[in-house]
Amino acid sequence: MTWLTWRQFRAQTVVASAGLAVLAIVLVITGPQLAHTFDTTVIGCRAHGDCTGVINALQRQDTAVQDLTRLLMYVVPAVIGLFWGAPLLARELETGTYRLAWTQGVTRVRWFGVKLVLTGLASVATAGLLSLMVTWWWSPLERVGAGRITPGEFSQGGIVIIGYAAFAFALGVTTGLLIRRTLPAMAVTLAIFVAVQLAVPFWVRPHLIPPLRSVSALNVANIQGVSIRAPGNELFVSAGPNIPGAWIYSAQVTTAPGSTDLGPSPAACGPNSGYNQCQATLARMHLREVVTYQPASRYWTFQWYETAIYLAVALVLAGFCWWWVRRRVA
Amino acid sequence: MTAVLETRGLGKQYGRRWALSDCTLDIPAGRVVGLVGPNGAGKTTLLHLAVGLLRPTAGTIRVLGDAPPANPAQLARVGFVAQDTPTYAGLSVADHLRLGARLNHNWDAGLASDRIARLGLDPAQRAGKLSGGQRAQLALTLAVAKKPELLILDEPVASLDPLARREFLQGLMETVADQQDEEVSVVLSSHLVTDLERVCDYLIVLAGSKVQVTGDVDRLLATHHLLTGDRRHPATLPPGQEAISASHTDRQTTLIVRTNGPIHDPAWTVSAIGLEDLVLAYMSRGAAPERRPALEVQR
Repeated sequence: MTWLTWRQFRAQTVVASAGLAVLAIVLVITGPQLAHTFDTTVIGCRAHGDCTGVINALQRQDTAVQDLTRLLMYVVPAVIGLFWGAPLLARELETGTYRLAWTQGVTRVRWFGVKLVLTGLASVATAGLLSLMVTWWWSPLERVGAGRITPGEFSQGGIVIIGYAAFAFALGVTTGLLIRRTLPAMAVTLAIFVAVQLAVPFWVRPHLIPPLRSVSALNVANIQGVSIRAPGNELFVSAGPNIPGAWIYSAQVTTAPGSTDLGPSPAACGPNSGYNQCQATLARMHLREVVTYQPASRYWTFQWYETAIYLAVALVLAGFCWWWVRRRVA
Repeated sequence: MTAVLETRGLGKQYGRRWALSDCTLDIPAGRVVGLVGPNGAGKTTLLHLAVGLLRPTAGTIRVLGDAPPANPAQLARVGFVAQDTPTYAGLSVADHLRLGARLNHNWDAGLASDRIARLGLDPAQRAGKLSGGQRAQLALTLAVAKKPELLILDEPVASLDPLARREFLQGLMETVADQQDEEVSVVLSSHLVTDLERVCDYLIVLAGSKVQVTGDVDRLLATHHLLTGDRRHPATLPPGQEAISASHTDRQTTLIVRTNGPIHDPAWTVSAIGLEDLVLAYMSRGAAPERRPALEVQR
């Protein structure tokens, strides 16, 4: 059975290995240069002040490879689900070869088990290797970036992609088993996977761990904008909190007792006065900054939680397929 | 003699439709059994139940003493060639033989490669590029090289041209005859009795999801007669004689009658019946039970 699985999966294995090898070569050539730039320019300048220029220069290095790796991290799990998961059973059911396979001297449960486990492990290994290489390559950029726990960066490294790949694969197998035709199964797999990938960062991940809440005196240097709204001449202040690498849920400026109603705008912030006067006035108002956020230190906790959730769903799907193959199909 | 395939009240339901119902059969060992019936009669359902691809909704089925698919041991004892002889299009002929060798404990590699060589198949050829006849032969090779005690073929020749049909059935019979050391039972289905006439010695007619008649071919032929005589109603037959079908012209009645005894009534001209006519009589009976041939209908 191992042989048959390998024989049927040989072409895909070759393509995946070749793809990973080419990527590895590209990353191994460009990665050390990136790290060298980081070591020589960013570390040096951090000792004395403003690094915006050198960071911008670093972020403009090898943009093609940056774009490629970002794309791969998004696309590879979906491709695994579509091209490895969906056809696994759908093609056998569609072409009728399951009738050949299930009447050999191996039970269909074993046949399915070996196929599922070996191809599933290949999926997980492919995603894991990809993430390992990409995470290594990105490490200099990540140290100057927005913070890897933020939604835009979270899935660009670490171990969650292993969960995504396992889930996409199991999802593909399940839709293939239920729909019994390869192309529709691929389409449905893609639609569900994309929907889940969009839904999780918005509706699931923020609730995995309760966020931290910090209340501090407003640092006027953090003020990003001041606005005055008619009709009550109400004052609004927005602030960008300075918490390195954190995932900010919300940042609110409140009065000292904690009200978000800051009252009417002081004259110093009116249209006829300068920003410095306004800033000085605001500083005397004893405003507070209330921030809810996930600190950067929770990155790995989130990674483990999310990976575990995706893996658990993948296992449930695989168990369902196993039951269905044993009991229902044919 | 033991039964290789034994069913009791076997039925399979899809949604609200019964593809097979109340099927009770005993297929003796060592026979070549023809399973005949029109398309949609339930042949494939019965055979899929026998190889364990389906599970019965009602009744029981035992194949070589066990309910299929009991275990790998039982799977190994039953060879199956499915309808349209599915093979892996991307795998070569040699790959298929390796597949058979890997998945079956009793695999006879010599038999398989001899057969492929005798058929003139190129082992490096992909199965997807084979002709229908070659693919059927490859599927048959896989089924026989696992040295089954029971070989089941579902419409193996339905998609073949007449020459390939003859070659396939000849090859099948030679292969079965070659297994001197152990007895192989064969069940093959077709919607055409002419395909089976030459090879089968036992017949099952399936129509309207029910078994219409079953038995040894010689015995079926000996107990069925074609009666022609003056027009009369089949109900006037004496006890022990059953009209399977009746057709009438203005003056004449033609009956196919089943009876164990001789027919003495001098009003009938009795003649022997061919297997095809016999099967057709049972098939039309099964297909339209509510329209049993009756005198009034023809008037």
